[in-house]
Amino acid sequence: MDNNQKPKLAVWKFASCDGCQLTLLNCEDELLAIADKIQIAYFPEATRAVVEGPYDLSLVEGSITTPEDKERIQKIREESNFLITIGACATSGGIQALRNFKDVKEFTSIVYASPEYISTLDTSTPIADHVEVDFELRGCPISKAQLLEVVNAFLFNRRPNIPSYSVCIECKRRGTPCVMVSQGEPCLGPVTQAGCGAICPFYNRGCYSCFGPKETPNERSLSRQFVKMGYTNEDLVRAYRMFNAQSDSFRKESEYYEE
Amino acid sequence: MKNKTINVDYLSRVEGEGALRVDIQDNQVKDVKLNIFEPPRYFEAFLRGRDFREAPDITARICGICPVAYQMSASHAMEDIAGRKIGGPIRELRRLLYCGEWIESHALHVFMLHAPDFLGYEDALQMAAEYPDQVKMGLKLKKIGNALMDLLGGRSVHPISPRVGGFYKVPTRQELDAMVDDLKWAKDASLETVKWVSTLPFPDFEIDYEFVALRHPDEYPFNEGRIVSNKGVDIPLSEFEKVFEEEHVQHSTALHAHRKNGGPYLVGPLARYNLNYDRLTPTVQKAAEEAGIAETCKSPHKSIIVRSLELLYACEEALRIIDQYAKPECPYEEVKPGAGRGYGCTEAPRGILYHRYDIDDNGAITDAKIVPPTSQNQEMIESDLRSYVENHLEMEEEELQWKCEQIVRNYDPCISCSTHFLKLDINRK
Ligand code: SF4
Repeated sequence: MDNNQKPKLAVWKFASCDGCQLTLLNCEDELLAIADKIQIAYFPEATRAVVEGPYDLSLVEGSITTPEDKERIQKIREESNFLITIGACATSGGIQALRNFKDVKEFTSIVYASPEYISTLDTSTPIADHVEVDFELRGCPISKAQLLEVVNAFLFNRRPNIPSYSVCIECKRRGTPCVMVSQGEPCLGPVTQAGCGAICPFYNRGCYSCFGPKETPNERSLSRQFVKMGYTNEDLVRAYRMFNAQSDSFRKESEYYEE
Repeated sequence: MKNKTINVDYLSRVEGEGALRVDIQDNQVKDVKLNIFEPPRYFEAFLRGRDFREAPDITARICGICPVAYQMSASHAMEDIAGRKIGGPIRELRRLLYCGEWIESHALHVFMLHAPDFLGYEDALQMAAEYPDQVKMGLKLKKIGNALMDLLGGRSVHPISPRVGGFYKVPTRQELDAMVDDLKWAKDASLETVKWVSTLPFPDFEIDYEFVALRHPDEYPFNEGRIVSNKGVDIPLSEFEKVFEEEHVQHSTALHAHRKNGGPYLVGPLARYNLNYDRLTPTVQKAAEEAGIAETCKSPHKSIIVRSLELLYACEEALRIIDQYAKPECPYEEVKPGAGRGYGCTEAPRGILYHRYDIDDNGAITDAKIVPPTSQNQEMIESDLRSYVENHLEMEEEELQWKCEQIVRNYDPCISCSTHFLKLDINRK
């Protein structure tokens, strides 16, 4: 197909590890077919070619942590018909949102010898705090199958089929015995959105919630269970403060046990 | 054209974000700056207070391209605090997981990021129109590396199975055997890759590098060894910070490393290869001879050949490990460190990745230091750029810009890591 008739895709990066955009390059079997249907108009990690906007679909990775990025995302929104955020950094602020609970000046002085060279915001925040987002794809990292589903759905103007139930459902489907029940392992699966395929329980460990809270999670009842299993308040705070620490319900739960 | 500024606003096909700025005044290069504008993410700060067992999962998020390296360096550092060395099949599985990451990362760089430069394409997708077989071969190689990580790690980006002491779950013999045919294909494909890339057009250009890599008594290095150089360094991990230092320079959120009172040095495939040629297998050595770079290679451009040789090595090593595998009874060894300090340094695809941690009696991290490969190579990249621009001042702007980008890509920089990406600015005044 001629490039001029293809929908234009752009991939943007904010504060992140590149793992979510790498997921696109990890579609080894689909990549050439995708490039046949879609024009990869902006994706600096894969090509030096730059096609000017506007773009039909923008994928945004990473969180907002600097004054410049706060402005850059506005411009990207203006240039994009659909904007989808990919990964925990973009949907909840990511692991770097751990700064939101601490003093950033102190953080800067721990890492950098010359703090005056560093310009950064006090917080790491999700993209949706700054611009309207058409769809949020969860995960740290995102799932390849879900990424392909979402890109397809938006290009063909249908709702993406991304479930919002918990990891528990995926364990049941996979036939993995519950690690809480069978191994006594604390597991965040009951409050975490599915999508990963419930890999951690399948590998004999509790879920650490890289996909973040599911719809209407009941953290408190799970926390109580963790306490029965020997968790201290500090352990609970740490458990909720990982890759989705800034997501609303996890933040509230961690703050509750901090007091 | 006496004064000039060259700007590359966003250096593509490198992982992360960065920019390059070269200032030329009166036909002399005044300044070269690799401008890293990856926003700081503060890993070393928020690791404080976290449990030692969380370090592998947390630090993996520094880089989505080489998470295994972070998991390995962190795990080994914690085991070092406990005075433990994990041997046997678990040690072998860690090497196998690393083979997966090297295969994935090297295949990505060789075929998708680096080869297009030599052939004059803007990316691998454009290259695919004329070189469909190579691009497909590269993608398949990459996929096999990822499959190995999926099996051992649960997934390829931020694997979930590795832990301090070993793994949460280890594969069965049958699961590993199922990988053998693909790995045999990958080995042959890597040999073909070496042959193909060694026919690419290379400029006649060498650098007298100080190479720094791990060296192990009998293996090509992944997880263990002393830190050595071709210019006199031979130290245990614990002396890394005595010999090398990181400096915070104004144009970058990455810290630059160099030898104390000394100059820039190089880590990564070229360094490993030059310092550990004798540890490679006969197949790899023979392929190197045929490619015309046996024993030494000081050309940054030819790093594409060296990466391909390492690709071959990783496939062979993976096959050896699988062949000799006996499933361990327990997937991990219990590691309970007391208060203390520990070091981990392992060979990420892009070079040595150093971790140092202090933990207290409760196992909480009180101090963390992480030195990724890209921040170690940054001074070297700048110096390489400077000499190139100095010698090519009359080159057309657009061409010079592309060449500079290529120089940067020779080093396969992974910018996310070093802030812990790129933009080229050539200013002629
Ligand atoms: S969400 Fe996780 S995998 Fe994705 S960019 Fe952020 S840190 Fe990396």
